[in-house]
Amino acid sequence: MSIRLAERPASRQPSDNQGLAARWRRPGRQRPNLLGGLGALVWLAIVGVPLYALLVATVQRSENYTAEGPLTPPSDPTLDNYARAIENGVLQFVLNTAIVTVAVVAIVLVLASMTGFAVVRSRTRWTSGVFRMFLLGLAIPSQAVIIPVYLIIIEMDLYDTLTAIVLPTAAFALPVCVLILVGSMRDISEELYEAMALDGAGSVRTFLQLVVPLSKSGLSTIGVYAALQAWNGFLFPLILTQSPETRLITMGLFEFQGEYRVDVPGLLAAVVLATIPLFLVYLFARRSLVRGMMGVGGK
Amino acid sequence: MTGRTSSQATGDTMTGTPAAEGSGAGVRPPRASRSGGSRGGSAARASAPRTGRPGPLWAVPGLLYFGFFAALPLVMVAYLSLTEWGALGSPQFIGLDNWSNLVVDPLMHQAVFLSLMLTLLSWIFQTPISMLLGVWAAGQQRNRAVLSAIFFLPLLLSSAAIAIIWRALLDPNFGPLAWLGPRLGLDSVNVLGGQTSAFLVIVFVSAWQFIPLHMLLYQGGARQIPKTLYQAAEIDGAGKLRAFWHITLPQLRHTITTSSVLMVVGSLTYFDTVLIMTAGGPGTSTTIVPYLMYQAGFGRWELGYASAVAFTLVLVATATSLLMVRFTGFANMRSTREGM
Repeated sequence: MSIRLAERPASRQPSDNQGLAARWRRPGRQRPNLLGGLGALVWLAIVGVPLYALLVATVQRSENYTAEGPLTPPSDPTLDNYARAIENGVLQFVLNTAIVTVAVVAIVLVLASMTGFAVVRSRTRWTSGVFRMFLLGLAIPSQAVIIPVYLIIIEMDLYDTLTAIVLPTAAFALPVCVLILVGSMRDISEELYEAMALDGAGSVRTFLQLVVPLSKSGLSTIGVYAALQAWNGFLFPLILTQSPETRLITMGLFEFQGEYRVDVPGLLAAVVLATIPLFLVYLFARRSLVRGMMGVGGK
Repeated sequence: MTGRTSSQATGDTMTGTPAAEGSGAGVRPPRASRSGGSRGGSAARASAPRTGRPGPLWAVPGLLYFGFFAALPLVMVAYLSLTEWGALGSPQFIGLDNWSNLVVDPLMHQAVFLSLMLTLLSWIFQTPISMLLGVWAAGQQRNRAVLSAIFFLPLLLSSAAIAIIWRALLDPNFGPLAWLGPRLGLDSVNVLGGQTSAFLVIVFVSAWQFIPLHMLLYQGGARQIPKTLYQAAEIDGAGKLRAFWHITLPQLRHTITTSSVLMVVGSLTYFDTVLIMTAGGPGTSTTIVPYLMYQAGFGRWELGYASAVAFTLVLVATATSLLMVRFTGFANMRSTREGM
């Protein structure tokens, strides 16, 4: 502790001197992680360059796409590609996907919060068995059970409907969401529960007035997680729907890839359009998403 | 710290009320004996008033729903693997025929080999990079937030979008690679056309897609390592490398398990990208198990045979993750924080 305190003045210096000050510190944890920094720069290029090339291509005129280099800013930028993607029905696909996403998020929020509450607070061995089952459920890959799911959906007479996508998508998002919620509900302190109980609150009131408000961050995390699963889902739409009316955005992109093979800028513009809504969610709810991803590993 | 002292305090008051303690121990003997280290805490938990606790019924809707769409299909896929089932009509029981065909199917052998290779290469490729970047991102650097935000971007893209982007970037006729090739003195760069190179492209694209996620996991894990451990190591004169080897790595063991389980299951079930980028080709050089299943089931409509392939996938994926979970105690989530 005393070592840290002695170093304090150095880190208070104006920000321009901070790097220099850090370099002159005693060896130890405060020394910059050079290897990590270098790796981060390399990874920045690996992630950044393709994404930059993607954006450049979408504002490039089709006839210039092959001629001009992939990394030079286009000499004659245009939004034609985006217009063409919209003409091809991207907005309809986005709307379908939005409907599916909202439904999936709603189902997941209700079921995961009830299950989480039972797992954290119920004192029967049965509920810890439930939790174990959801843990094991993490390992059930949707690819492996797609054939029976297909059979179930046909038997329920739901084939080629949006509901057919919603039901299994929500089910397969549940295990992760229960896991995250259990983690965040365990952080609610025992004293608060006791206070509620002394107040004479039953389980419904405890759930609505204590558990739900206090696990808001967990709930928003699983909401974003479920939305991501629904928005980017590929296998269920691929197997369980076929007509253009029920086409989701991922399937739309897949179809475009087959149909407009030569029109790469148009295709890539559709990719960007498909990602914009998630990007907006990311801008406003990044913290929940990141926290949720970390919650899985951190506990 | 405060939580622990307060629970000990309640534990002390409890010894004064033997009736309450007796009932607590009577209700849950197994848990009290299991959590050995924090006996005070568990006794305090047991003493809490019982009103407001949810009945087990609260878990029923979630359980039924999940069971119907995930657990039931798991049982069904085992049964369907014993049937012959085309696109029309209903499954006919044929015994073990699918399985005896499966074990001698050279395509299946190749697919299993390729899937295991994909898993192994992905783990070797992704783990060190994710750990390096994650531990770095948990540090105090400036620019860290900005870079982390950029690193996160691939997670927003669907695997369909990622596959389309990379296919466009790697297109041998139009696109960046076609532009770059001649300038590097190469006639044609068709990485998706070569058998080995196509497979390596799949490995790379999967890493590009998933390293951000694993980086986040490691970042979260590294943030939870108590700083006092590093201070103690510093006082003992341990260098950076030794601190990493003896503190960071052991402290990250739960993260390593989680991340590895996700990587293994993810690689074994990798599908979307293969379908879009290579469709299993060229030839069958990227026909991994999930793609083989898709081809048999929804390409040739041999759904019984495809179920056998799928069930193999379930067995391998579940066995692997169970083993990893068992050997590292990930399921025992309460214990990770105790004793700190």
